[in-house]
Amino acid sequence: MLETLQNLYLGFSVALSPVVLLYAFVGCIIGTLVGVLPGVGPLAGISLLLPVSFGLDATSAVVLLAGIYYGAMYGGSTTSILMRIPGEAASVMTCIDGYAMTRKGRGGPALAIAAVGSYIAGTASVVGLMFLAPPLARFALRFGPPEYLALLVLGLLVLAFMSGGSMLKSLSMAALGLLFGMIGIDPMTGFFRFHYGLVELGDGIGVVPVAVGLFGLSEILLTAGQEKPPEVIKPRLRELLPSRQEWRDSTWPIARGTLLGFLIGIIPGSAHIISSFVSYAVERRLSKHPERFGQGAVEGVAGPESANNSATSGAFVPMLALGVPSGPIPAVMLAAMMVHGISPGPLLIQQQPELFWGFIASMYVGNVVLLILNLPLVGLFVNVLRIPYPLLYPAILVFCVLGVYAVNGSVVDVGIMSAMGALGYGLRKFDFETAPIVLGLVLAPMIEMSFRQSLSMSSGSYTIFFHRPISLVLLLVALGFILLSLRTLFTKVAEWRRKLGLEGEAETKEPGNV
Amino acid sequence: MLTTDRISGAVLVLFASGVIWESRSLPLGSFRQPGPAYMPVLLALILLVFGLLIAGTGGRAAPLASISRREWRHAAAILVVSVFAALGMERLGYRLTVLTMLAFLLKCVERRSWALTITLALAVAFGSFYLFYTLLRVPLPIGPMGI
Repeated sequence: MLETLQNLYLGFSVALSPVVLLYAFVGCIIGTLVGVLPGVGPLAGISLLLPVSFGLDATSAVVLLAGIYYGAMYGGSTTSILMRIPGEAASVMTCIDGYAMTRKGRGGPALAIAAVGSYIAGTASVVGLMFLAPPLARFALRFGPPEYLALLVLGLLVLAFMSGGSMLKSLSMAALGLLFGMIGIDPMTGFFRFHYGLVELGDGIGVVPVAVGLFGLSEILLTAGQEKPPEVIKPRLRELLPSRQEWRDSTWPIARGTLLGFLIGIIPGSAHIISSFVSYAVERRLSKHPERFGQGAVEGVAGPESANNSATSGAFVPMLALGVPSGPIPAVMLAAMMVHGISPGPLLIQQQPELFWGFIASMYVGNVVLLILNLPLVGLFVNVLRIPYPLLYPAILVFCVLGVYAVNGSVVDVGIMSAMGALGYGLRKFDFETAPIVLGLVLAPMIEMSFRQSLSMSSGSYTIFFHRPISLVLLLVALGFILLSLRTLFTKVAEWRRKLGLEGEAETKEPGNV
Repeated sequence: MLTTDRISGAVLVLFASGVIWESRSLPLGSFRQPGPAYMPVLLALILLVFGLLIAGTGGRAAPLASISRREWRHAAAILVVSVFAALGMERLGYRLTVLTMLAFLLKCVERRSWALTITLALAVAFGSFYLFYTLLRVPLPIGPMGI
């Protein structure tokens, strides 16, 4: 405990240095703008600004990108509440009751509750991160290739299981992402796979062009052709304060959202998105008046908003402690850290304590900055939405091209972004989730490497995955998820049999058999 | 009946088959000692099975005709512009490419006035170049005549 506090003191001495503080502030402002703009979610935002961070030192770069991530989480709630446009996927649930509150003239309190809930959840979950990441990192030192493989497989399965849509579709998208990750030079044999004459593919497909294409460009493709721009309702500052009853109604949803978000954040997957869905479902189930949900229930804003911000910090636990990204956004953050020569993982906390604890302390600072930004400046941010979308999207497209090109200075990446934009557009039309593709792409080299290293260790015996206790436990949990997902299939089969009359027949035959 | 799931499942099967076909030029290795083609083939087989399952169980999915195609003209134009950016960036330079992209989108796709089109295109092309190239030192390509 004392050691943690000492480390935190070290962290604050880094985070409160003027330069780092400035980058935390700039990151939060950019992030809030990114969250407000439909089509530029946190993933595309971080990807676009990745090249800008290259010129900075490692701590400032990571703090800037984390600020963008936080800011986007906060900013996404503004458009959801005022316009029913989720600035990013995690704000989808906030749209339902937040916008209903706005229609009732309670948009201001909805924004205030979202900001305060996000602040409390963000701060509380950083405390969790602070205490949980170091012991987890110590534990992770016991991990070898078989354990990593089991963990990565479990991560992909959890992502597919937790995603809102069909698990089959999510798994197929994860497999597609893993296949994209096979492009490039095989690290064990040096064979150049699927290059089609493009030497730029030697290092494989980058995460940034894929993420910007699948999320940013595909959103522009889907939205640009829509005719009716949504109406903007701008609240006045004095209308921001919630009533006493609204505060009372929000207290427990914020507490539950914080806890849920953090726990879900640790599990690999699209944590911040899933956590808001789960929190909304929990609040609705626990409410004495579930019929109010969808009609402007403040709990429907407080819970999901707290949960998605809490999950943001939770998602950093496996990334910092294990070096395993828990979703596409931490994956891009991981890529950013690697560009700066940092290898997140068990040794990061020991070898670069100023970076780790500076990052933790900057999260506290970031939460305060965001609270200051979000309440009084909401009106200002909403003004961005007054720019008509037909004028806004060409500029967003330019920033997509610019951001993708700047990462490697390669036009091949811009081509990949275009192809991924078209793919994302098609997939979303056909009701497929695109997040598993990004996660699959990032995890592919790790999965292949740990798989082949494990087999080398065991002279080709697959029993190595079952002889090691950590690997065995992780694989059993993964198996549990597969069985749970198959339950729906069994239910469908049973229903089908009932419809055909097979079940009835069996029941009538039974007494005779006895 | 053609449903969204049947079509998407079939596309996944085709893609997976294509990957397996393309992997034939790489050494597969053995079960105990996987080669560079082992993982791609394994993943393609998994994707193939998923594709078959999606197509096979997709009878009750939304019919293909239910997919809205209202925005396809816009989408096609934007895609053409982003492909143009990939092809033109190093030949024309950043500023000229962005200027052309914006001029096309604002004038031809969005049918805005010439004054607005030229002002916005110039402001974004040169403003973003100044911000990223000059101030933030992000390397961007310079075209003919130093533009």
